Amino acid sequence: MYNFEFTKPATIADAVAALGQDDAQALGGGQTLLPTMKQRLASPGTLVSLNAIPEMIGVCVNDVGEVCIGGATTHAVVAREAAASYPALAALASHIGDPAVRNRGTIGGSLANNDPSACYPAAALGSGATIKTNLRDIAADDYFQGMFETALEDGEIITEVRFPVPHKANYQKFVQPASRFALVGVFVAKYADGVRVAVTGASSEGVFRWAEAEAALSANFSKSAVEGLAAPEGAMISDLHGTAEYRAHLVKVMTGRAVAAAG
Amino acid sequence: MTQVTMTVNGKAVSGDVEGRTLLAEFLREKLRLTGTHIGCDTSQCGACVVHVDGQAIKSCTALAADLDGASVVTIEGMANPDGSLSVIQQAFQDHHGLQCGFCTPGMVMSAAALLKENPKPTETEVRAYLEGNICRCTGYHNIVKAILAASGQDVSAIAAE
Repeated sequence: MYNFEFTKPATIADAVAALGQDDAQALGGGQTLLPTMKQRLASPGTLVSLNAIPEMIGVCVNDVGEVCIGGATTHAVVAREAAASYPALAALASHIGDPAVRNRGTIGGSLANNDPSACYPAAALGSGATIKTNLRDIAADDYFQGMFETALEDGEIITEVRFPVPHKANYQKFVQPASRFALVGVFVAKYADGVRVAVTGASSEGVFRWAEAEAALSANFSKSAVEGLAAPEGAMISDLHGTAEYRAHLVKVMTGRAVAAAG
Repeated sequence: MTQVTMTVNGKAVSGDVEGRTLLAEFLREKLRLTGTHIGCDTSQCGACVVHVDGQAIKSCTALAADLDGASVVTIEGMANPDGSLSVIQQAFQDHHGLQCGFCTPGMVMSAAALLKENPKPTETEVRAYLEGNICRCTGYHNIVKAILAASGQDVSAIAAE
């Protein structure tokens, strides 16, 4: 990879200042960014590590019962520390990549990158999470804007992600075995005001909500409610791992499995 | 260039690195600890797994500069103080858990991390933990067997496939 300046600030304010330089890029766990830089698909002039900012690391539950996760918290820590407060989220985190990747990769990095096959976008959209940055709070419904596209401005940092905890939830991932990303992943969450269904891996638009399934499951939270639906439409990804039709079918199957597993 | 200081296998070390210097490169080229292997250089294969502050990570996908101050353990730090093989290393030898040996440093480091958090794993748990460690020789059976044996479990019933 091309060389760059490296800096590791200890506060959010210093990180924001460092990211104000030309050609600066934030570094989370680096599990996507560093391989991308090795391929010379990215060549920032400065990397600003977000891994030494104490207030961006950790899992807690706030006064209104939301699970709050610092943007630089690794998947392994979420898997351990959210297990009691939001088991479906912890289970999702515990199956990202492999153990060594989970010890480095961060939730903020994953959401900022918004890979169309990543797991965390499904959890954030499926939970109606709030993406908190150094500038503002962004609702998940407004945050994801297409493949690798988000509402983040240049230099804006995800400092925390807040998840309202559902009554029931489950994530089902059909693994692409070489990359361990989701060929299709579906996050289902049942809240007092309705059910949310978020799908990753399937659409070339990135993570999306499956409105028909949400309506059906809000009326009747059972696997049979999903079985009566037509497979979702939209710009499904078609590649050597699966056709668009196959992915659309998988969305329905994985949604049914998630509902059944949520109980 | 920036200077980094780490504790590697119990010894304080320091050196000048570029921003782009990977931990694996720092270990191999600056410290000449060539037991840590770089297989794929894409964080797929796990030959480069080392422990950083007690956690297994892929050293080809971490920057040395980002780990200033860290405590690192590599395969060179795994033998007993008298130089004899550690329990896990001995189990790999006893159960023929390697053939060419290229993946073995990463396998041993991942196994050590697993047994630290889960001292008596099931066969399924061992296989799941090794998801990010690829071996092209053994077919994994003897690696799994070696790790189960190192955990003190009876592996006599597991066929040597």
